[in-house]
Amino acid sequence: MAAPEALTTNLPAPGPAPEAQARPLALYVHWPFCASKCPYCDFNSHVADSIDQGAWLRAYLEEIDAWAPALAGRRLTSIFFGGGTPSLMDPDTAAAVIARARRIWPAAGDDALEITLEANPNSTEAARFKAFRAAGINRLSLGIQALDEPALAFLGRTHSAAEALAALTRAKAHFPRVNADMIYARPGQTIAAWQEELKRLMGEGLGHLSLYQLTIERGTPFFSAHRRGDFTLPSDDDQAWLYLATGEVLARAGLSAYEVSNYARAGEECRHNLTYWRYGDFLGIGPGAHGRLILREFALATENYRAPADWLKAVGECGRGVKAELPLTAMVRAQEMVIMGLRLEVGISALDFRAVTGGDFADYLDRAAMARLTQGGYLSRERGRLKATSEGRLRLDAVIASLLGTAHGG
Amino acid sequence: MTDLSHIRNFAIIAHINHGKSTLADRLIEQCGGLSARERRDQVLDSMELERERGITIKAQTVRLTYRAKDGETYEFNLMDTPGHVDFSYEVSRSLAACEGSLLVVDASQGVEAQTLANAYLAIEADHEIVPVLNKIDLPAAEPDRVRHEIAAVIGLDADTALAVSAKTGEGVGDILEALIERLPAPKGEAQAPLKAMLVDSWYDPYLGVVVLVRVLDGEISKGMKIQMMGTGAVRQIDEVGVFTPKLVKVEKLGPGSIGYIAASIKTISDCRVGDTITEHRAPTAHALPGFRPSQPVVFCGLFPADADDFEKLRESIAKLALNDSSFEYLMETSAALGLGYRCGFLGLLHLEIIQQRLEREFNLDLITTAPSVIYRVHLSDGGEMELHNPADMPDPVRITGLEEPWIRATIMVPDEYLGSVLALCQDRRGVQLDLTYAGDRAMVVYALPLNEVVYDFYDRLKSISRGYASFDYQIEDYRQGALVKLAILVNGEPVDALSMVLHESQAEARGRALCQRLKELIPRQLFKVAIQAAIGGKIIARETVSALRKDVTAKCYGGDITRKRKLLDKQKAGKKRMREIGNVEIPQSAFIAALRTGED
Repeated sequence: MAAPEALTTNLPAPGPAPEAQARPLALYVHWPFCASKCPYCDFNSHVADSIDQGAWLRAYLEEIDAWAPALAGRRLTSIFFGGGTPSLMDPDTAAAVIARARRIWPAAGDDALEITLEANPNSTEAARFKAFRAAGINRLSLGIQALDEPALAFLGRTHSAAEALAALTRAKAHFPRVNADMIYARPGQTIAAWQEELKRLMGEGLGHLSLYQLTIERGTPFFSAHRRGDFTLPSDDDQAWLYLATGEVLARAGLSAYEVSNYARAGEECRHNLTYWRYGDFLGIGPGAHGRLILREFALATENYRAPADWLKAVGECGRGVKAELPLTAMVRAQEMVIMGLRLEVGISALDFRAVTGGDFADYLDRAAMARLTQGGYLSRERGRLKATSEGRLRLDAVIASLLGTAHGG
Repeated sequence: MTDLSHIRNFAIIAHINHGKSTLADRLIEQCGGLSARERRDQVLDSMELERERGITIKAQTVRLTYRAKDGETYEFNLMDTPGHVDFSYEVSRSLAACEGSLLVVDASQGVEAQTLANAYLAIEADHEIVPVLNKIDLPAAEPDRVRHEIAAVIGLDADTALAVSAKTGEGVGDILEALIERLPAPKGEAQAPLKAMLVDSWYDPYLGVVVLVRVLDGEISKGMKIQMMGTGAVRQIDEVGVFTPKLVKVEKLGPGSIGYIAASIKTISDCRVGDTITEHRAPTAHALPGFRPSQPVVFCGLFPADADDFEKLRESIAKLALNDSSFEYLMETSAALGLGYRCGFLGLLHLEIIQQRLEREFNLDLITTAPSVIYRVHLSDGGEMELHNPADMPDPVRITGLEEPWIRATIMVPDEYLGSVLALCQDRRGVQLDLTYAGDRAMVVYALPLNEVVYDFYDRLKSISRGYASFDYQIEDYRQGALVKLAILVNGEPVDALSMVLHESQAEARGRALCQRLKELIPRQLFKVAIQAAIGGKIIARETVSALRKDVTAKCYGGDITRKRKLLDKQKAGKKRMREIGNVEIPQSAFIAALRTGED
């Protein structure tokens, strides 16, 4: 680690500048239920027989209220309903949550507040798009995942490609902004086949795409199946080729890779997710939601109870479903900001870094590694920003490990 | 005290697994040394490892009382000796404490390499040798053939060899009688000044260092102030005793006797084997000639697999050294393997035993670097140096010549495997010195460079002869050799733990193999890694680990930050297992794997 411990403790830790209370705020709302579980997914999602929508609404409102005093005076920039499958939520529930949040943390203006809902592209959910738009949702993120029938079956999706495209058309009719989530680098997937899928999707004229390479997560059905050898993933080399080909197709369509897996036309970037990557403040409510908040006296990482019943119980008893609240040292903030910020094409601004950590990059990062990575073409410093080059972002985990002195290789 | 004429001191010598320890047990039993309840098989092999491998590492001694057929009572001092070639030095000093030997030969196997080596040691020690044909109860026993072998190969008169079965007890009584009839009684003067030989010493947690002595003249008793004539150390004796094999305290030991003394000695370095012990105030005029200290011939690095275990290794080695003065150790720092020790051993088995004892008794996971021998390096400035570690090899331009130790190897092998054995020896740069047939077996004598033997010679020999070949060697001389240092470089920097000295004819193949292995073992990194094998300045093999192509988490949002950071913290904890070589951090496990599998 470049910065000696003494340095971190001497910094004006815990760091928040006087204007910290004016830091913008993003709100994440976790809905932990799905109609069925997909075999690749390790998110906090559960299949439940019946859901008491009223109880959930009361709990969400209660948790928002509980945070109000600590975050008084904040400006809300985004709300994100994630899951699970939050489109299974009653649109009225979403409307009430949005209304409460807006009342506590006024937005600069209607246009300034981005409100995203994740949804599955099947006909039942598509039927409710109108109601969600009426509830205040202005950005829909559709989990299409693939436009190839065998691939959809492999991924455990319950919709067909045609159904997904129909849902997409419908979404575009109702929402000003629409994103599609896709999963690629699937077993046996060729570059040509993937380019075909992408072109079909691009034909829909989307302004934002989240394109994730398939990863095998511990604790999922795919994890055991993969270990058993039921399927194999493309090699690192093939994954790299697929990634590069993806970037080319999207660039030709006018969408740039503003983050490792996210592509957008200029101005269409997801503001909520940008808050994560810029290490801005976000409040997480709902089961398993995480938060990062720089308050007047200290910086905080929050983590809510993961199990829906535990979270409901905690909120009922204490107003908040927080399981752990950990203070963040300047060093940890610096590490987290680098982990997140280098995912962005624009990297991290030195000014933002100083505002969060009280220091400069060189105070926290391995200087020798920085020099080596810059010389090797993986990092660049320009106009006061530290950024990973496109080659660097392709190997970002190793680059970050190297910068944080946890490397091998670099 | 027993009259000299009623004392017999003898050693039991044999090839490994020919039944030496079983015979010792039977002799103890017949003399009533232990009750049936106390009897365990092979009572003399005390260390777990010895018991498991059926070998004796340290000499053991037992005093037996025997009522002979002539009605007289005799005192026998029995010394069990190590059976392996590495410990021939311990054998010879045990032999020096006795007047005769029982040469035990497995009647179903015949004369083996160490039978021969040990018999020669006994002849050198001027021993009366009683050949014993053991295991005659086995259906495969061929006492007549073996008698013939003893006569033909060793040159001993085998007509009077005793046929016994240590297992069933058959013929064991004859051995006891033969000891009285055929072995000379010890000589010595009870009234003369004390003259005793220091035979062995070991550390006991209760008594401190315990010293095994053979009294030649005079008497040694409790309270006496003694002096070690070699080291000059003066000590007062706290305790005198014998092993029956139970430890029994006695008042004193007289001429011809073997027993132990304890004298508040803290370290075994005060106790030089072969030293003369005398009375401080009335010393003997003539010290014994003493022994040349045993010299390690095989060296290797021992490193903890987990760097955190270095302290444990340090303590364990120190403890082990308390009981084994023959192994040398010196702290060493390796860029590839971290902190460890460069150790010297009497031979390969000794190395293996020490390594296993450290792992087993002290619960350590160890990495052993490739064994090396001592090279003599002649320098251009006229100087000469001994090279124990290939990493310390001077620049080739400063070297005018290199010499390596050669051994005289004796191999006994059934003739059906003779061809393969000769091929192996030839392949290892051997020079044939002798080839003798005895029945359907052959005795092959070869001169071989020791560095060819320390790698895997013994394993190869065993495998090509299906375990039938036996092997023994002694260091012969140093000879000039076309030797080179093979260095392995990672991004231009040498990996100390992987460098080795070898014959130039083998350097290229071994270098290429090591590079290929490392290429498989070193994970891809952000930058490409060059692996090279070099002799002097010349690169003879090269492999490249290409740079990592893709390594990035696909999804990373608000909920993933903590997890991601914890993952990096975990990597950081694993960083101490990383070794930085040539600006590249390489997992130590890669070097370990290269060392563990590097010899094929």
